Amino acid sequence: MRLRRTFALATATVLALGLAACGGDDDDTSAPPVATGTQFPAGSTMAALNTAQSIKIGVKYDQPGVGFLNPETNENEGLDIEIAKIVAGALGIPEDKIEWVETVSANREPFLQAGTVDIVVASYSITDERREVVGQAGPYYLTGQQLLVREADKDRITGPDQLSGIKVCSVTGSTSIERVEQDYGAQPVPFATYTECVQQLLNNSVDAVTTDGSILLGYAAQQPDDLEVVGDAFSEERYGIGYKHADTAMCEFLNETLTKAFTDGTWKTAFDNTLGQSGAEAPQPPTLDPCT
Amino acid sequence: MDVLLANLDGILAGFRTTLSMFAISGLMSLILGTVLAAMRVSPIPILRATGTGYVTVIRNTPLVVMFVLIVFGLPEVGIRPSFFVRAVLALTLYTAAFVCEAVRSGINAVQPGQAEAARSLGMTFGQTLGLIVLPQALRSVVPPLVSILIALTKNTAVAEVFGVTDAAYELHNLIRDHPQAVYALFFGVAAGYIAITLTIAGLGRLLERRLVVIR
Repeated sequence: MRLRRTFALATATVLALGLAACGGDDDDTSAPPVATGTQFPAGSTMAALNTAQSIKIGVKYDQPGVGFLNPETNENEGLDIEIAKIVAGALGIPEDKIEWVETVSANREPFLQAGTVDIVVASYSITDERREVVGQAGPYYLTGQQLLVREADKDRITGPDQLSGIKVCSVTGSTSIERVEQDYGAQPVPFATYTECVQQLLNNSVDAVTTDGSILLGYAAQQPDDLEVVGDAFSEERYGIGYKHADTAMCEFLNETLTKAFTDGTWKTAFDNTLGQSGAEAPQPPTLDPCT
Repeated sequence: MDVLLANLDGILAGFRTTLSMFAISGLMSLILGTVLAAMRVSPIPILRATGTGYVTVIRNTPLVVMFVLIVFGLPEVGIRPSFFVRAVLALTLYTAAFVCEAVRSGINAVQPGQAEAARSLGMTFGQTLGLIVLPQALRSVVPPLVSILIALTKNTAVAEVFGVTDAAYELHNLIRDHPQAVYALFFGVAAGYIAITLTIAGLGRLLERRLVVIR
């Protein structure tokens, strides 16, 4: 039995090495490196994932530039996806062993608690309430809530102060929809996905769509003649990586991995290949929260 | 429990929307469903075919498809009612198909002699149906209609992802703000829905007793 496991591990390592080599030859992909031979503390989540050689990662499927399942290529793409690949790589798990699981805003905590996913990288804003039930390492990216309007309305709606009584669409159960209702008197219009919100914006049923600027930029980049992101950010969202509550070793590992990605340029590459495509410059990497 | 009490205003506002959606679409689907049932038993082939076609198509497609058709389809042809009206429309059109079949089964349960007697007295089809058959038919289908209305109450929750801020939408907001109290919130809002459906069931039983046909 032991022999067989050793053999399987050896095979997996050889396979991983082979794949990493293939990735190196391929110029237009910038696959993050897959760590080999890393020792993880026995009994830790990282060791278990490394041994299993597979990881289930919860990501968004409907946010261009951040977490998006491209219907043409059937590939997941975006900043969150790149971050997820960096984490998987640090665990010694190659890209093709990642099992992508779609998460929406409302099911991220239940999925982490039930073990449906191992980690969540899904434009997951760090909040104190969420940290009571799940772990959140990071932030790996800072953004803020903004408004997406039709090109024709960009002079009429220039910021959150003009939202009073206006129909504003966002996702059911998101922080964004509550903020425009409570703080700016907008009429909330909840939908299941941002894509549906953008459709209702384009067919004139709502006058604005609101969520994190990074997500809105992705939609504006898809239809630059029809859509415009207006005004300054009116909240601060700090994207973190969700993991199972109280797994401090996992948090230390995620922070180490992010620190390494911040300094060796893989984080910047990830940004440039995704959100950076809209023309935005890569910002300074954010400061990580300590693990407690 | 504290979380529920602290957010009672929001929850109640959500249930007001849920109740109005239910009341309006419930009433309209009862009317439309009865009209459809009348069409299905009418002597005019085109009406019969229309009624049968409607039931076949609508009863066999998911409610979400109906919502997508109304919420995304209507604006495509230039009609943009409020999201509440769109939800009521989708719920009405969907539920009417089920009401139609319940009412039709009631019509079939009325003894043929009743309609024959009416016809031999010189009543028209409309008079026979409206004065003789339907009053007896509707009395006998109160239980299935109550079931359909209970299903409708729960179906209104679909509207929370189609632009309507109903009770389910409020629940989602609260779960996000208070993830530690998810079960209290869930059972609290579930209790609200159960209160509505139990009321419908109670009224149904009352009606049943009042209207029962002694044969």
